[in-house]
Amino acid sequence: MNDVTVEPPLGMLAELTHRCPLHCPYCSNPLELAAKRDELTTAEWLDVLDAARDLGVLQVHMSGGEPLLRPDLPELVTRAADLGCYVNLVTSGLGLTAARLADLVDRGLAHVQLSVQAADATRADQIAGAKAHSRKIDAAAVVREAGLPLSVNVVLHRANHDQVAALIDLAERMGADRLELANTQYYGWALRNRAALMPTPEQLAAAEPIVRAATERLRGRMEIVYVVADYYERFPKPCMYGWGARQLTVAPNGDVLPCPAASVITTLPVENVRTRPLREIWYDSVSFGAFRGEGWMRDPCRTCDRRALDYGGCRCQAFMLTGDAAATDPVCSRSPQRPVVDAILAAQPEADVPDFVMRAPTVARAEPSRTQTRAGSR
Amino acid sequence: MPGKPRLRRGVRLTFDRTRDTHVLLFPEGVLMPNATAAAVLELCDGSSDVGEIAEKLRARFRGVRDQDVADVLARLETRRVVEWT
Ligand SMILES: C[S@@+](CC[C@H](N)C(=O)[O-])C[C@H]1O[C@@H](n2cnc3c(N)ncnc32)[C@H](O)[C@@H]1O
Ligand code: SF4
Ligand code: SF4
Repeated sequence: MNDVTVEPPLGMLAELTHRCPLHCPYCSNPLELAAKRDELTTAEWLDVLDAARDLGVLQVHMSGGEPLLRPDLPELVTRAADLGCYVNLVTSGLGLTAARLADLVDRGLAHVQLSVQAADATRADQIAGAKAHSRKIDAAAVVREAGLPLSVNVVLHRANHDQVAALIDLAERMGADRLELANTQYYGWALRNRAALMPTPEQLAAAEPIVRAATERLRGRMEIVYVVADYYERFPKPCMYGWGARQLTVAPNGDVLPCPAASVITTLPVENVRTRPLREIWYDSVSFGAFRGEGWMRDPCRTCDRRALDYGGCRCQAFMLTGDAAATDPVCSRSPQRPVVDAILAAQPEADVPDFVMRAPTVARAEPSRTQTRAGSR
Repeated sequence: MPGKPRLRRGVRLTFDRTRDTHVLLFPEGVLMPNATAAAVLELCDGSSDVGEIAEKLRARFRGVRDQDVADVLARLETRRVVEWT
């Protein structure tokens, strides 16, 4: 699309590893998790950080998987901070001790985003597939004591949606500056568990006034960001502020993606930092150019008055639900394929919600190993 | 407006050589303040009030009014960049 002026990227999501002590069935990581032996080395990540800053990246989100599982995390934080980037740690909180955090803060860590699965330990640990909740409470205290700003992130779904009020209280008690209540995006493991995760219209309707009132009540103390359940919306989310516009993701194995979920688009010729310079990937690659700007759009997006607002929605969702990554996001009420989404919603079970397929490594087996829990049937 | 403005916790102001502009970095994103806002932000140290900031700016730029500074700060407050002590 040569008619688009390409701006330098602002942010990079650095997925340092896919390894994780938790097994969240809503995890947006791909079903094919990168193995440890395929992960970029420390030297390779340092080069990626240099190249990213050189390209214009100002924000680095150290994520995963669980970034604290990488012993070289401190070194990577130092490099990113020394380059002048704002460094954000996106973590489950497991392994975040006071000593480790103090060291990371010394090295320039600016912010921690901590995820929480539910409002009480029993339910949270069931969803996480591990004893994790109490350790997250401890991690939040450690962040507070270090004087770092804290964002708490909760992925909402059928098994925890009724806890919205309690989750807001919990985030307040944790001392969060910001709470993200994000309805599940159906990628990776979440797509696989969609039937168990999809909230009911009643749950969404009940949550809305609670969130609105709390947002008012806590204004100036704790910011609440509510991410709606897009399947139930009339218009799609403005995904990534447009493809290849502001952000890039580097996966554990060095694959460079315009969005963290883009590996699902099997027709996309994905580039890797091991074989092509990051700058070239951002400016010249087929994958980053594929859906930049508006040239790729077809009807109804092509002439739609909302195309500068939502960029036609999410390419990954378009591909997953219609098989065509250039289609209008089928969540859109103007999409001829909206019936696909309506059919998914209509097929949602009232009761007998299926069990979760817990996230687990895919070890050269046809089927990922399964651990079942009843957390999905609430 | 009450008190003395300072950058909110977690907000950093730096200069970006790639884009040749000041940038405000914070968890939710990046803002590129214009030259006026950047000059005001550099003086938001939590120990000067609006009048004092305007005074300092007048040493560098002509015709800065207290109200101009207050307006810039009000906008920055709604973007959650500054807070008042
Ligand atoms: C994939 S996780 C990796 C970091 C860390 N393991 C954690 O969970 O915090 C990155 C962030 O995405 C959120 N997340 C995971 N799956 C999601 C989904 N399906 N939809 C929306 N957000 C999701 C997590 O809560 C977390 O804040
Ligand atoms: S969302 Fe859960 S399973 Fe996925 S990486 Fe984060 S903590 Fe691990
Ligand atoms: S038709 Fe396309 S541009 Fe218009 S609202 Fe729907 S997704 Fe957005």
